[in-house]
Amino acid sequence: MAIETAQLHRLAHLARLDLPTAEEVRLAHDLDALLGLIAQLQNAPVDGVRPMAHPHEVAATLRPDRVSESDRSAALEGIAPEMQSGLFLVPKVIE
Amino acid sequence: MIALTLASQRAACAAGTDLLNDALQRAEAAAGLNALITLDKPAGVATTGGDLAGIPFVHKDLFCTTGQRTTCGSKMLANFVSPYDATIVERLAASGAVSIGKANMDEFAMGSSNENSAFGPVLNPWDTARVPGGSSGGSAAIVAANVVAFATGSDTGGSVRQPAAFCGVTGFKPTYGRVSRFGMVAYASSLDQAGVIARSAADCAEVLQVMAGHDPRDATSVDRPVDDYRAALDRGVRGLRIGLARELFSAGVRDAMQATVHAALRELEAAGAVLVDIDLPTLPLSIPAYYVIAPAEASSNLARYDGVRYGHRAADAKGLRDLYSRSRAEGFGTEVKRRILTGTYVLSSGYYDAYYLRAQQVRRLIANDFARAFADVDLIAGPTTPDVAFKLGEKTADPLAMYAADINTVAVNLAGLPAMSVPAGFIDGLPAGLQLIGKAFDESTLFTAGHALQSRTDWHLALAPGAVR
Repeated sequence: MAIETAQLHRLAHLARLDLPTAEEVRLAHDLDALLGLIAQLQNAPVDGVRPMAHPHEVAATLRPDRVSESDRSAALEGIAPEMQSGLFLVPKVIE
Repeated sequence: MIALTLASQRAACAAGTDLLNDALQRAEAAAGLNALITLDKPAGVATTGGDLAGIPFVHKDLFCTTGQRTTCGSKMLANFVSPYDATIVERLAASGAVSIGKANMDEFAMGSSNENSAFGPVLNPWDTARVPGGSSGGSAAIVAANVVAFATGSDTGGSVRQPAAFCGVTGFKPTYGRVSRFGMVAYASSLDQAGVIARSAADCAEVLQVMAGHDPRDATSVDRPVDDYRAALDRGVRGLRIGLARELFSAGVRDAMQATVHAALRELEAAGAVLVDIDLPTLPLSIPAYYVIAPAEASSNLARYDGVRYGHRAADAKGLRDLYSRSRAEGFGTEVKRRILTGTYVLSSGYYDAYYLRAQQVRRLIANDFARAFADVDLIAGPTTPDVAFKLGEKTADPLAMYAADINTVAVNLAGLPAMSVPAGFIDGLPAGLQLIGKAFDESTLFTAGHALQSRTDWHLALAPGAVR
């Protein structure tokens, strides 16, 4: 199966990754090769096999409903690229 | 000179050596290996109290530390200083161990050679033209280089065991859930597990004793008692049944590697272990299953890097989508992009059943293979890697060749089992690793077997040409 340019652009869009044109051919080639590898799964005898999402089948643990975290906003603001008045800044979304 | 162990460090300390200064000097001497991204000079170190009091070590650079930056080997996090410490960072600090830096690694733990680091490749102390393995390449190289007695690592598909094998040291990957993942930067959350690299199984046991245990901050951390690993060391292997999995000695494994690992296993046999042949028939499908499941989880986990809250942010973005797309394009390296796109593909509408669901079904078959085998044996054994460390650049042009080299390690993560790589001898002067795989939460038996082997052999104490003397 060959990944077409339009398909690669669609994946890049879904993944929010800007792909330079220079990288497109190489990435499409690599993805093709990888899809060839994972195509081996198609012949596996999986009829009726329950999917395994996780190594342990344990129920989610519950904890008492009480405040356990202190206000860390100053520490978290300190590592943000752009902050103002306690808000994360992003480029203008609405004109 | 001798290989650094916890015992040798304690003896040196008792004889008056300033372990911290000594480690910093050793790190300077080994700087050419590029094994550390950040070298620290901790001040005001207490040398009393705690099981690992005063012992210098390094953390793989994906454990969050408030005192040092945590880069994950990525430009994305090149200047990131975490506002909190990982649980194992807290635990090791409480034990008195002293972190002197953060080890180089493949970006976001994606790689098997440490060539995917934004901070440059790590060189193997046994042959600087060769890779140290990955993704915990810096951790393995810094121990093999005799700079510190141990280093932390993480293992998603072999990232502790494979570099330990390539660098001639011992690498331990605990059962999934045995060690908290809180504060360990996520790659593939159902596979990731923190581990340790040291000279010996005995030293790994001591360090894991500190790291292991339930953590309410990690919902996948398991609440059950931690064994006394040190007590397990001297139990002996008499009567222990070790299964030699035919698939781990497959045609893809070099003849010399098969022979070397068989010879190491005969040492365990001579100590009283019983070797039996077993089969893990689905193991050949572990690579395709892994390269669906791990990228799928990675594409989801790495969605958080958006240039808004922390990490790299593109300049002069023209809108929100442009900010996301360019911050991620600039911050991530090629292998990370490859896995994000692969994960996006296998999870996308129309492909989910054919790839992701099917990979999860194959994962169950692999786990069932192990369960069947463990009804008859106590441990499973085979070579950690198909061959010794390869040359820098040898596999970078062909990602699939790089992935294929993980064939003997990834199944363990899919099943969530504990495993260890122990030095098993040399092939043309380069280290070979024996992998031992245990039942879930039976780390103790792995330590027993590893210590039994290392009580009869001294491969784990051999010093690499690039080691600091």
